[in-house]
Amino acid sequence: MSAPEAWRLSATALAARVRGGELAVDDAVEAGWRGPAGTWEAEVRAVVHADPAARAAARPREGPLAGVPVLVKDNICTTDYPTTCASRILAGYRPPYDATVVSRLRAAGAVVVGKGNMDEFAMGSSTEYSCYGPTRNPYDLDRVPGGSSGGPAAAVAYGLCPLALGSDTGGSVRQPAAFCGVLGLKPTYGRFSRYGLVAFGSSLDQVGIFARHTGDLAAAYAALAGPDPLDATTRPGEAPDVSGWRAGVTGLSFGWPANLWREGVDPEVVGGLEEAAARLERSGATRVTFDFLPGEYSVAAYYLVATAEASSNLARFDGVRYGFRHADSADLRALYTRTRSEGFGPEVQRRILLGTYALSAGYYDAYYLTAQRARTRIREEYRAAFARCDFLMMPAAPSLPFRLGEKIEDPLAMYLSDIFTIGANLAGIPGLSVPVGLSRAGLPLAVQMLGPEDGEPVLLRAAAVLEAGGEVARLEGEDTPEFAWPTKR
Amino acid sequence: MAIDRAEVERIAELARLEIAPERMGRMATELSAVLEFVAALGRLDLARLAPSTFAPAGTPLRADELDDRRIPAAEALSAATEHDDGFFLVPPIVENVNP
Repeated sequence: MSAPEAWRLSATALAARVRGGELAVDDAVEAGWRGPAGTWEAEVRAVVHADPAARAAARPREGPLAGVPVLVKDNICTTDYPTTCASRILAGYRPPYDATVVSRLRAAGAVVVGKGNMDEFAMGSSTEYSCYGPTRNPYDLDRVPGGSSGGPAAAVAYGLCPLALGSDTGGSVRQPAAFCGVLGLKPTYGRFSRYGLVAFGSSLDQVGIFARHTGDLAAAYAALAGPDPLDATTRPGEAPDVSGWRAGVTGLSFGWPANLWREGVDPEVVGGLEEAAARLERSGATRVTFDFLPGEYSVAAYYLVATAEASSNLARFDGVRYGFRHADSADLRALYTRTRSEGFGPEVQRRILLGTYALSAGYYDAYYLTAQRARTRIREEYRAAFARCDFLMMPAAPSLPFRLGEKIEDPLAMYLSDIFTIGANLAGIPGLSVPVGLSRAGLPLAVQMLGPEDGEPVLLRAAAVLEAGGEVARLEGEDTPEFAWPTKR
Repeated sequence: MAIDRAEVERIAELARLEIAPERMGRMATELSAVLEFVAALGRLDLARLAPSTFAPAGTPLRADELDDRRIPAAEALSAATEHDDGFFLVPPIVENVNP
């Protein structure tokens, strides 16, 4: 394969060629920029900080991800690029340290090729709430890529890089992965370090991975997972071994809570889900049908817990230590208030207000404590489900990618686009969305699978079966099938 | 439960935010809609359940582990708009009560 075509390779195939000396590191790292970025980036706008000199500075030839370009979401700290959470309040901020996930990527040989666009402070489901403007979906430029990690998802979809990092507090990796036709993994809470991930909802936040191939997800997971002395909430002990991702699904059972999509879900999404389930059955898995607690309760609990945590975490942005500062403030109180009012966008302000309300005197018991009791109830629901099956199947999102502007004026409608993903964050369990085809209009269709704590190996086995059987997949002379690339229209 | 403009003003004050008067009514409506939605939790039987604590299962609390990495003061200060002589600069915090 010629160097310019290297962007089509999986991350593991790319790294093998770099280690073997068949492909120069520079050609591996720059392939996406020289190729598909020229076609797509000006319209998609997935990247918010890029620097050819920073890309050229790293020339790793060893490691499981040697020479693999990776786009990192703009809320994950990097010393070589700004980290602004797509917010005016962090304009120009360059952290003095790398996030642990970034140092582990670099140690594995990967090269950070830039920072990906996102909803401001990861609050949103469409990547429209960004101070840099929206990212667009490469499968239809009039539609959103999902969010909040829309930039990294779109970049992997159009071919800038085979891997990207996002963060998932309520579905912000799985939902954009579904909208952009790529794999998106949210690991078990505590499996990836949060050190250097700018905090939104600390009990919910996890860094996640975007990839085009299950094998790449496994390689990236193995490089990133494990305890970190710098994050007290990482799980102690070794991370589960995901090297058996090719083992198939014979003997596994999957839960099928069909009551969740009886209404309010696009029929094409349901069709994709049913086809995927049938494929898993043909591959030796067993379906177990049962009812599950409706997702509205998760959304309700989430928008109290997440906003309460956000109102506390975002108190640190006051204009004193970093980022934007209001120029004209007579006293400290005015400095805080003016900096925050001009620095935060409307959705972030809305969520800070909601969280402040839920925690304020007189309302704490009625809202915050009730939500935390509901969270216990939701965790019990998942525990009971996993006593009956190895993993759960459900949609990743209730709709196909929606149009830009369609939900931006209606916060509640936007919140409900996370109805299938939020539960995993409340329960701390892993979730993976997998592309399974294209809709009649050519938009990506996806399914989501959820596992018990440390259930990543089972999720990857199921994903590999769906990937290999993908009816829209086409072989490109590689040992792994490809999902249909977006085409310019 | 509905939130009125006075309530938005009260929480904005607590959150150190200033909501422009022309945005106040809309903010009150939007927050009220979300609170109306979350009232659904009242339909769950939660009385017997303990609230979830911060640390999810599998991540027991532990003592902080310190290491000897240091970020030099100049580097830590460099991201601030105003700093001087190793300190962050802010507007006056207390009035000069004894000039």
